Amino acid sequence: MAETVLETEGLTMRFGGVVAVDNVSLKLAARELRCLIGPNGAGKSTFFKCLCGLLTPTDGRVYLRGEDTTGWETHQIAALGVGIKMQVPSVMDGLSVHENIWMAARRHDDTAGANDRAEEVIARLALGPIARSPLARLAHGERQRVELGIVMAADPWLVLLDEPAAGMTAEEVARMGEIIREMTRTAAVLIVEHDMQFIRALASTVTVFHRGRVLMEDHVDRVMADPVVRDVYLGKQA
Amino acid sequence: MTGATRRDTALVVILGAALILGLPLVIDTHVLTLLVAYGMLALSLGLIWGFGGVLCFGQAAFFGLGAYTFAIAGINIGESTLPLILAVLVPAGFALVLGAMMFYGRLGDVYLAVITLVVSLILFRWLNTTAGPAYVIGNARLGGFNGIPGFPILNVPGRPDLMIWGEPLYYAAAVTLLVVFLLVSWLLRSSFGRIAIGIRENEERVALLGYDIRARKTVLFAIGAAIAGLAGALYATWAEVVTPTLFSLQQSAEIIIWCIVGGLGTRFGPILGAAVLAYLKFALGQQSVIDNMFILGLVLVLFVLFLPRGIAPELARLGAWATGSRRRPARRRPPPAGVADG
Ligand SMILES: Nc1ncnc2c1ncn2[C@@H]1O[C@H](COP(=O)(O)OP(=O)(O)O)[C@@H](O)[C@H]1O
Ligand SMILES: [Mg+2]
Repeated sequence: MAETVLETEGLTMRFGGVVAVDNVSLKLAARELRCLIGPNGAGKSTFFKCLCGLLTPTDGRVYLRGEDTTGWETHQIAALGVGIKMQVPSVMDGLSVHENIWMAARRHDDTAGANDRAEEVIARLALGPIARSPLARLAHGERQRVELGIVMAADPWLVLLDEPAAGMTAEEVARMGEIIREMTRTAAVLIVEHDMQFIRALASTVTVFHRGRVLMEDHVDRVMADPVVRDVYLGKQA
Repeated sequence: MTGATRRDTALVVILGAALILGLPLVIDTHVLTLLVAYGMLALSLGLIWGFGGVLCFGQAAFFGLGAYTFAIAGINIGESTLPLILAVLVPAGFALVLGAMMFYGRLGDVYLAVITLVVSLILFRWLNTTAGPAYVIGNARLGGFNGIPGFPILNVPGRPDLMIWGEPLYYAAAVTLLVVFLLVSWLLRSSFGRIAIGIRENEERVALLGYDIRARKTVLFAIGAAIAGLAGALYATWAEVVTPTLFSLQQSAEIIIWCIVGGLGTRFGPILGAAVLAYLKFALGQQSVIDNMFILGLVLVLFVLFLPRGIAPELARLGAWATGSRRRPARRRPPPAGVADG
């Protein structure tokens, strides 16, 4: 059994009367690939934000590689080796693609090393032609890709991707799938996605969120065949 | 040093030297020295606001602290070298404490602006009440609203008998500004500076990369205060008197206006804005037909409406256009979000 890199215990996040995340206990093994699905407002993004310290959970605990990180500062959690791609791309708009990725790599390397790492990531993500363009000028799909590059450059062992394929072309989605597979060689990857095709292609375990709770957790095929899941999620989506 | 860095440094030194030597042909060096001190003050806010995204409404407080430290330490020590160093260190230390309280307390940008404003107002009000003989630091009387006159002015280090004033003071101050400018350029090229710019662009992302925003902002804030303090010392030795008006609301407002008019997010813009507007104020001060605060406000409104990026970016564009569009356009940094609209 591989080491557990992420574990939550009864994680709960309330916003006033809204319980966005409700008593979620979830475990993720090293190098595991897991998809998180659920209708809009199910609490997936909020769950991610609790994991990376952007939100402090109302209740429950988060363990990263066995360490209790509940209530830690965002930068402390990130520095452990956790990378996140947000649902709404969180990038440095006025800076170039290279500068964005360089800054991510610089956290764990010196200036020159970070430069090399940035070049590497830019080549891997085929961002070369736009490497010197400011992010503000890029299309949504490109910005998503750059944010993925920002995550990759820091070599995290836990990767959280919130809707990474949204707004991408079919070709880009295929390439994204390939890159995610590659990431699982060194990192556990947790992905929020709506695109069932994409999830099937990744053939991963799926955790279904519904109203802040975990409804089900199983292989993608069995989840898709489940009548309750179809009812709360797939039926409405189609 | 990379080629681009060397070119930038050479350009700054050549242009700086040309300005330092050329300006006295058109403007009196006495006035120029004041413009240099104000330019350095503007550079200090331009650094933390334009590049670090920290809008400090009380940059005048550090300017005033630098000036008062220079005066008070000078009276007690009897020469100017140590006071000059203290004029940098005291504001920096003060900013380190104030900044840590604000940034670690997770104050929003607006609260930060308000607190820095209130701090300079408190200093302003308090210094105005220090007229009595009870208010002394060592041998220096604080002097209330009359301030402190008669402190030792700048001297050649190690030679208290060799004072620097008049034309030599102008050259000393201008060269100091050039050196500070080069140091700021170096800082902005360093990893610390690049990450500071990242924080200006997107604080959340930089935190998600694992950088401690609070510590970095605090340090940048203190660096800005150190430069403002040095500017204050230059001002003090030029004016030969320091008064509480250094801390005034008007002084703080003017620094912000200099930065906006000159061009935020550029190194040279704030200095240019300070020089142009302070000179304008000086020229207007010779007449009494129009109130000069009115003119300053008018200039600000016109810039916000018609040249929101300020003078420096437009000059850079003009320069790029003049040298031919085949060459790469001059590097321009966009102003931080929200600044362009006002
Ligand atoms: N900062 C917030 N303040 C108040 N309510 C929030 C906040 N963030 C999310 N919510 C609410 O929490 C619920 C879950 O949202 P979210 O995590 O974005 O869902 P998902 O990502 O699954 O679509 C929604 O009802 C949303 O309105
Ligand atoms: Mg979401």
